[in-house]
Amino acid sequence: MSTYAQKKGFGATLWDFLTTVDHKKIAILYLIAGGFFFVVGGLEAMFIRIQLAVPNNDFVSAGLYNEIMTMHGTTMIFLAAMPLVFAFMNAVMPLQIGARDVAFPFVNALGFWLFFFGGVFLNLSWFLGGAPDAGWTSYASLAIASKGHGVDFYVLGLQISGIGTLIGGINFLVTIINMRAPGMTYMRMPLFTWSTFVTSALILFAFPPLTVGLVLMMFDRLFGANFFEVTMGGNTVIWEHLFWIFGHPEVYILILPAFGIFSETFAIFSRKRLFGYSSMVFALVLIGFLGFMVWAHHMFTTGLGPVANAIFAVATMAIGVPTGIKIFNWLFTMWGGSVKFTTPMLYAVSFIPSFVAGGVTGVMLASAAADYQYHDTYFVVAHFHYVIVGGVVLAILAGTHLYWPKMFGTMLNETMGKITFTLFLIGFHLTFFIQHFLGLWGMPRRVFTYLPGQGFETANMVSTVGAFFMAVGVIVLLINIIVTSARNVRVGNDPWGDGRTLEWAIPSPPPFYNFKQLPLVRGLDAYWLEKMEGKMAMTPAEPIGDIHMPNASFLPFTIALGLFIAAFGAMYHVDHKPWALPVMVIGLLVTFASMFLRSVKDDHGFHIHKEDLIEKTDKGVEA
Amino acid sequence: MKRLAKWRLISLFSILALILSGCGQPYLSALRPAGEVAEMQYGLMKLSTLIMVGVIAVVTVIFILVVIKFRRKDDSEIPKQVEGNHKLEILWTVIPILLLLILAVPTVADVFKLADVGKMDKKGAHKDEVVVKVRSNLYWWEFEYPDLGIVTSQELVVPTNKKVYFSLHSSDVKHSFWIPAVGGKMDTNTDNVNKFWLEFDDKKANEAGNLFYGKCAELCGPSHALMDFKVRAISQSKFDSWVSAMKDVKKPQQATSELAQQGQKIFSQSCIGCHAVTPTNATPEKARVAPNLTNFGERSRVAGILPHTKEDVKAWIKNPEKFKPGNKMTGKYPQMSDQELDALAEYLMGLKVQD
Repeated sequence: MSTYAQKKGFGATLWDFLTTVDHKKIAILYLIAGGFFFVVGGLEAMFIRIQLAVPNNDFVSAGLYNEIMTMHGTTMIFLAAMPLVFAFMNAVMPLQIGARDVAFPFVNALGFWLFFFGGVFLNLSWFLGGAPDAGWTSYASLAIASKGHGVDFYVLGLQISGIGTLIGGINFLVTIINMRAPGMTYMRMPLFTWSTFVTSALILFAFPPLTVGLVLMMFDRLFGANFFEVTMGGNTVIWEHLFWIFGHPEVYILILPAFGIFSETFAIFSRKRLFGYSSMVFALVLIGFLGFMVWAHHMFTTGLGPVANAIFAVATMAIGVPTGIKIFNWLFTMWGGSVKFTTPMLYAVSFIPSFVAGGVTGVMLASAAADYQYHDTYFVVAHFHYVIVGGVVLAILAGTHLYWPKMFGTMLNETMGKITFTLFLIGFHLTFFIQHFLGLWGMPRRVFTYLPGQGFETANMVSTVGAFFMAVGVIVLLINIIVTSARNVRVGNDPWGDGRTLEWAIPSPPPFYNFKQLPLVRGLDAYWLEKMEGKMAMTPAEPIGDIHMPNASFLPFTIALGLFIAAFGAMYHVDHKPWALPVMVIGLLVTFASMFLRSVKDDHGFHIHKEDLIEKTDKGVEA
Repeated sequence: MKRLAKWRLISLFSILALILSGCGQPYLSALRPAGEVAEMQYGLMKLSTLIMVGVIAVVTVIFILVVIKFRRKDDSEIPKQVEGNHKLEILWTVIPILLLLILAVPTVADVFKLADVGKMDKKGAHKDEVVVKVRSNLYWWEFEYPDLGIVTSQELVVPTNKKVYFSLHSSDVKHSFWIPAVGGKMDTNTDNVNKFWLEFDDKKANEAGNLFYGKCAELCGPSHALMDFKVRAISQSKFDSWVSAMKDVKKPQQATSELAQQGQKIFSQSCIGCHAVTPTNATPEKARVAPNLTNFGERSRVAGILPHTKEDVKAWIKNPEKFKPGNKMTGKYPQMSDQELDALAEYLMGLKVQD
């Protein structure tokens, strides 16, 4: 079964990836798809900044601007940041807990394909009559009034990709609960695994409200219901609640894995265990919990009344405390350490001031009475870009450099990495810092242009220039990836030299069964402990034996594909197109037939035999 | 010596100018508060910024120390593995809690103060305060004074140094009513009526040329960016005379010049179905589908965004879509010749209630 060492043709490789259930390959799929959507969302961001560079610009029209702005937000959150975070979770978490795969490899693949087809569906709107234009929040009154199929693409696309995310989250939860290696207690889990755990729990509770909202809106728009139709007794504020009950935890779904990646980075490149490990874990859980208690701070100006506003203001401020704990713990992880400034570490170090800036504006926004001024202005735009770009995107870039060798077996070029870092960081601050002031000077967000003579010109120009720096930084990263992939210099188990956790104890990339023998975990930073005792590898917790592996399957692809097809039918059914209903039926048939096939066909997987494993070790061609 | 003093003065002024420009325009910026509400919010901004700058300072100091002091010098060094420090951890848990309490208390107090609209709902006439019903529509604003029985659009007129209570509602999609220099915003929902109050400071209004900029702050469609309005904040006596002048317009004012008369004729054929030229609020809300134009000649902008000139009026009527994409006016009236436009603009610019 070891197809690893052989060179394969393009067709075979493609088929391999279409049918894979291996968490490492699914991670690569997430990375490629998420990276692609990141570039798409980035292009949309560039169009936004070009349009706003000068007042009264007509680079894009008003309606098109709203589509670009909506798709920028939706793409970046749902199709870029989340999948990229999922890529690292898939690639690293099972290795960190010493597992051979996730609990449900088939479901893992299904999750990816659902996300992928949902994302493709959403983006096809560009070619099929116009993208959604009601903002990524898609507030009901505007979304219901929006003409064309734009918002339908949003509603259906996000439902499909949302199912993918939800089952992905459940899968991670089960994996972490059930599949930890011997000795890997909860309080010995690496912080990235902990953040995956908490994030998955957030996904489990946050995505259902979004799905409910989307389903209600789907019924309103496609099947003539009136949940949000005020004249028919509907209520649009309900949408705001449903959206933000999902939407606020969502930002923690993004930032907690970022915290995880940085926690690993700080510890590795300071050669020091994480300072205050238990309080870090506690803070993670607390942030996750409080994240569900604060959604209405996005609605301070909706008119919920002073009691609600006061309660949610104070609850929101409370989140500042665990976040502050984390910041200081990271600083003190470096304190007394031996800090090496590699590219991932540069991202981690620069994350601290960037994220603190975003965090403190978050506390400012929590002050409800003052928020009446900030709300829906460029101040908010600046704030959430400081936390999302300054937190999540920096973490994704750090993670890309940090885990690239583990995922692909070759290092990204450090010099080019540092060039990307410099350009990106400068560009980021140049773009977004000034936007705080734009907001306070009276510039509302989501405006397609502004009139001259309001004092917005210079600041907007500065912001646009900054965006170009970021764009060039990303281009350098892409070149870096191409060049290093072409050179393909292979690396060993622990390419950074300072790896602390289990993933660095096995080859890069790991063999498809990850661990020949499950490792015995003797404490936090298991691999580091062994290294400090002069051992080169983990102590095995079991004798070499047969390894049970799942078979590859094409069914996840077809299940997702069926929903993708059905969505077109559902959408065009409104236009009374004669082909719409058959298409919907065919799509659902494909999905259900695939599910049926999966249920009736007994697939017991296969075993890698003990002899094969031993043989490989002897010949020294492991992996 | 004298020259030096002069230079000092100039540099002082330029620094002052720089700081002031860093605070934005007096008619638009939340950093140039021009009323009690904005003042309160500015106070909270300053307090929170102060606390946050303190936090940033502490983090920065530790950060710089760490980054400089603990660089790896020798590749073989293995630092001591520290688990944590309970005292420190308690310290950076408790201090932030205290700092947040300092911010939370005035926040909660102000939230309740700003939500206090009790006076608005009391029975009988309002003497010490003004009540305005704001109705937002796709890309224009209507301001109704229920106590005074008048309606105006696009340009809100209010007395200074007096509490102005607003009730907010939207007739199509959600918008948000915001006058940055005077106070924070509140959404105009389609579902319910929201209420809040503002107060316009006399001196600050003067500095701002008595004209504040208002904005729509909630995405509402293609022309969301262009849904501006203006607020004329004037003294009580001037406000009173404006009100009585408005009230005097019982039926449409008659144009005087020949050209304007011709324009009025066109207006009563093509425009009056949507645009009223009397300020009465007797017509039901649903029938008021376009901005009231009673005092159009005295406003400062055409359609809320264009300069207030005859040429711009003509350009606007000729092709509103060019200036406000997605507006509800385009195509509601027949094409007009240049001569007709000229007459119509002449008539509209002459619509004044005060001299």
